[in-house]
Amino acid sequence: MTARARLAVFLAAAAVIAAFFTAACTHLPPFGTDSHPYGERAVAAALDRRTANVVSSVNFDIRAFDTLGEESILFGTVLGATLLLRRARDERHRRAEAERVVPTTRLFGALLLPIALVVGVYVVAHGQLSPGGGFQGGVVLATALHLAYVAVDYRALKKLRPLAVLDVADSLAAASYSLVGLAGLIAGGAFLENVLPLGTFNTITSGGTVPVLNAVVGVEVACGLIALLAHFLDQAVELTDPDQQRYGDT
Amino acid sequence: MGTWVFPAAGWVLLIALYGLVTSRNLIHAIGCLAVAQSSTYLLLLAVGYRRDATAPVYSDLTPGTRPVVDPVVQALALTDVVVGATVTALLLALTIQLRKRHHTVDPQALTGLKG
Repeated sequence: MTARARLAVFLAAAAVIAAFFTAACTHLPPFGTDSHPYGERAVAAALDRRTANVVSSVNFDIRAFDTLGEESILFGTVLGATLLLRRARDERHRRAEAERVVPTTRLFGALLLPIALVVGVYVVAHGQLSPGGGFQGGVVLATALHLAYVAVDYRALKKLRPLAVLDVADSLAAASYSLVGLAGLIAGGAFLENVLPLGTFNTITSGGTVPVLNAVVGVEVACGLIALLAHFLDQAVELTDPDQQRYGDT
Repeated sequence: MGTWVFPAAGWVLLIALYGLVTSRNLIHAIGCLAVAQSSTYLLLLAVGYRRDATAPVYSDLTPGTRPVVDPVVQALALTDVVVGATVTALLLALTIQLRKRHHTVDPQALTGLKG
């Protein structure tokens, strides 16, 4: 199909989508409406379970089973990317070289890395109280570690990054989510039911299983993301492409 | 002004689809897919919006004093972001493999099947 024909087909399809979408929009509740039946019930349920951050309560308590699927997707992606980005037979491994860095940049990295790690842990640990949680905090933790690469070089990052340990931690964290769910069954409730003591509202131990699941997801996201980025960075930094000489780079 | 948020989400989706259809570079196409996904964030958060309401977080808010926006769609948006990030990562990994095996990242140059 030529580019022109493809564009014509797209424009026809886009017109149909736009017409139906606009028609559907006119039947939606008005923007900024006061009536949010699901939202109000979710807020009541979260306050009942003494979880201050209602979004965390929805994700890790009311819809905890959906989040099991979500974290499984994440785990599957890390596995898939590991498989896709493994070193092929015709690729050669090249050791990353030490880079020259301005001392102030190095100092900046050395100061900011621990602070960023603490912020990550804080965001994970306070997921049930304030905005944040396992997913967000995990991303902060993983990116914090990569300050070593930004501020120093790839060798420094490799020293800070025990990949074998992180891979195992990722799998264990993914499995722990299901184990917390099974704990609900053992305690006589349903899978992923909030069976832990709920604690005092607005304290770090409140929310029952919500902080536990948050921590598990935080570990999984942090380890998974570091492993994922490690494979991408290996491709860019440490692998020499044999085709580069044969075909010329485009 | 607020009623235009829903059509705006549709507009973002169509722009992204246009980019996907006319793309000559898979990295660019993956970017377009991310834009398409961001239209769903816009739609979800617009559906959950409530006028003069605050975030559904009660760490510094006494329950019942102020209306809050719908937390259910916000949680859905979080799921959306996570799934979007994982899809992007997998597609980028596939693009790297494609570049290695077929020596191109132009989707319109990918015609032959190779075993």
